[in-house]
Amino acid sequence: MRRLLLYALLAGTALLFLAPLYVMLVTSLKPLAQIRAGAIFALPDAPSLAAWAKAWSGACVGASCGGLEPYYANSALIAAPSVALSVLIGAVNGYALTKWRFRGAELFFAALLLGVFVPFQTILIPMARTLAALGLFGSLWGLILVHIVYGLPVTTLLFRNFYLGVPDDIVRAARLDGAGFFAAFRYVILPLSLPMLAVAAILQFTGIWNDFLFGVVFSSPGSAPVTVALNNIAGSNFGAKEYNVDMAAALLTALPTLFVYVLSGRYFVRGLGAGAVRG
Amino acid sequence: MPRFRSAFLPSPIKGEGFFDRYAARLALAPTAVVAAVFLYGFAGWTGWISLTNSTLLPRNDFAGLAQYAKLWSNPRWLVAYGNLFIYGVCFIGFCVAIGLSLAILLDRRVRGEGLWRAIYLYPLAISFVVTGTAWRWIMDPTMGLQAAVQGWGWSGFSFDWLNDPNRAIYALVIAGVWQSSGFVMAVFLAALRGIDDEIVKAARIDGAPTWKIYAFILVPMLRPAFLTVIVLLAVAVLRNFDLVVVLTGGGPGYASDLPSRFMYDMGFRRDQLALGAASAVIMFATFLAIILPYLASELRRPR
Repeated sequence: MRRLLLYALLAGTALLFLAPLYVMLVTSLKPLAQIRAGAIFALPDAPSLAAWAKAWSGACVGASCGGLEPYYANSALIAAPSVALSVLIGAVNGYALTKWRFRGAELFFAALLLGVFVPFQTILIPMARTLAALGLFGSLWGLILVHIVYGLPVTTLLFRNFYLGVPDDIVRAARLDGAGFFAAFRYVILPLSLPMLAVAAILQFTGIWNDFLFGVVFSSPGSAPVTVALNNIAGSNFGAKEYNVDMAAALLTALPTLFVYVLSGRYFVRGLGAGAVRG
Repeated sequence: MPRFRSAFLPSPIKGEGFFDRYAARLALAPTAVVAAVFLYGFAGWTGWISLTNSTLLPRNDFAGLAQYAKLWSNPRWLVAYGNLFIYGVCFIGFCVAIGLSLAILLDRRVRGEGLWRAIYLYPLAISFVVTGTAWRWIMDPTMGLQAAVQGWGWSGFSFDWLNDPNRAIYALVIAGVWQSSGFVMAVFLAALRGIDDEIVKAARIDGAPTWKIYAFILVPMLRPAFLTVIVLLAVAVLRNFDLVVVLTGGGPGYASDLPSRFMYDMGFRRDQLALGAASAVIMFATFLAIILPYLASELRRPR
């Protein structure tokens, strides 16, 4: 009896958590006529992918009506180099901080920690001025730079905590064998780091793909990421609202990160603990 | 100040060149520049702009604390800053309550734990823009949840929070809690699993019922997890921008505005650069008040 109640609670909560996804999915498959009838939980009478097609290649983002596709490409072009570089530099940083400890390393780390949590409003105005001065404002390069810069604190934190658990003697032995800083990293540390590389890459990819603040502030119509495009589609009040297209666009935007989550749940959860600092 | 690790500085190794002796510092140099310029330098720059009369472009005319006086007499800012606390208390409260309950349920050795966990956590993989878009549709009074429930026969059912200035901020709470309570569950579940089984066994031998073991032994032992969760959620509240922009647009009027959106509006859309900077400084100060005690206690915690 107690067990039954337990499972009932779990299942009830699960339904609440799944309901928005279900509503998005059925809405995206319905024609507008059925949507206007006002039964959001009802299954589509005649399921159709027309709204998905329109969201992908025909919905209007501002003045251009080419759908989400170009913005999807923008997000991918922003995410790939930003994830790769912020993770790689973070790994080297964590390695340098733990295995080549030097005076001031801990102070440096403490100073960097603030950047993991800081509300970015603090730096938006100077960053906009700086990007403009560099001629990068409104370009993909500008967004890539911003994502790398503000990704470094958290990737450094992840790898520092991970390498604290790797015995110092491994690196020391490599150095006695004549390996330098980068050789010891490349041949001794990096092969041990695969799980943490996955954790950091997933965390960074999720964060960068889902970013809205930097996208909305630093992009131009041509370089906007997919989240900004989605808000443009779903938030516009011109003409008749096409809720099915909005929901299809929202699902398309969510797909890459959901896909990564389903494929790699364990690593995803580990990255969440990044905020739990531990000295 | 955090307690720094007893500085174990490895002695130099014979035969290592100049580069390798300074390699760690050289490798960290770019990140050091990033921290010095892009974090601390920019924060200082924002601080300076807040002390000027800058409007569309930064100007270097020192104006003292005029912008702060303007800020704290601006009704929209007062609503936005107040909302931070209304939203914060409700959001953190519900997230902790739901997250802790789910963690305890899952801790009771349930079948299919992985699946349950995956369901409670998936909203975390989705962007706030998607969440906001979905919930705005669900909360649409004419075609959303309200219409659906009325269609089931409960004709007096009303759920029109997005258009109600007194309720819009709680609409944000619903969407925020939906997205984030899975995270709280994950942290608490990990902490529960980290507790020594012997403690539970001893309590059982003493005849304590399960609920008492949780209420008086296990949950009090989760203190560090509570601290982590509350601080991280508080930081998330301060950073919340996407959800308020997408779900309510700060409306109706500015009833559900938050400081992050106020700052963006003033700084980037209304040519009130100095006022936007002043609001950013207040956000930063609020952030420091949350995070500094936490970081100090985390870094000092014995390993």
